[in-house]
Amino acid sequence: MKTAVIRFPASNCDRDAAVALETVTGRPTQIIWHRDTSLPDDIDFVVIPGGFSYGDYLRSGAIAARSPIVKDIIRRAEKGLPVAGFCNGFQILTEAGLLPGALMRNKNLKFVCRPEKLIVQTNNSRFTSKYAAKSEVIYPVAHHDGNYFADDATLNRIEKNGQVLFRYANNPNGSLRDIAGIVNEAGNVFGMMPHPERATDPVHGGTDGLDFFKSIIESI
Amino acid sequence: MKALVYVGLKPGVLDPQGRTISRSLNDLGFDEVTGAFQGKVIELNLKNSDEPREAIQARVEQMCEKLLANTVIENYRIELKD
Repeated sequence: MKTAVIRFPASNCDRDAAVALETVTGRPTQIIWHRDTSLPDDIDFVVIPGGFSYGDYLRSGAIAARSPIVKDIIRRAEKGLPVAGFCNGFQILTEAGLLPGALMRNKNLKFVCRPEKLIVQTNNSRFTSKYAAKSEVIYPVAHHDGNYFADDATLNRIEKNGQVLFRYANNPNGSLRDIAGIVNEAGNVFGMMPHPERATDPVHGGTDGLDFFKSIIESI
Repeated sequence: MKALVYVGLKPGVLDPQGRTISRSLNDLGFDEVTGAFQGKVIELNLKNSDEPREAIQARVEQMCEKLLANTVIENYRIELKD
């Protein structure tokens, strides 16, 4: 089991993600620099962490999505490599075209930072298999650009395909249809604004995020 | 040559910043303002080139599609200036 976390300039949840992965896998996680042009061949799961990559210049995640390492992540994800992005990682995955839609400025224009109740929509996925369907979990959120947008046709399609894995119980940012986390059609690329990696140790205030990591790790 | 690229949210996409600007102008007594849209302008300095304008325009469009705009939510408009 080999896992990796990508580090961009101004990533700030890279260590949190690595610690969460190491907690669940019991093995060290590799940190990969954004200028690297390829992932190691034997990597089983990649996390794109939260932060403010490239200072959110142009649009959140836009520059990171065009960086050398992301080109290889796109290539490998298309072959089935599991990838998850949290917060800025979700923004990067939508900007890279690996997930549908876009993350816009929060509807109330405020940075929101608080524990957030989410409802697991389905456990029929590699990322949520350890949860009971419709169970409630609490992950922290901390973002300014987390307002999920996609056109109606896209929203209808991802709902019909069961690609919406998490919804907000109390929508903090204006996301359409309360969408908090989605997976791609193939089921191997996942993105969400909340931070499961910040809910993996009792000192975080909760451990609801552990089953997220256990789900995907056990599916490999 | 310069290319001015105007990027803004598509019609129909919620623009809370534009709405807030519009409301604030109304608060200042500018009652004639019925809407505001906030976008951005990116000014590109381009190497001098003998290519026809259409070719230069097409290159800048590629830049918009590949990086400068997120066409899921944004439109763009290009102005070339000598």
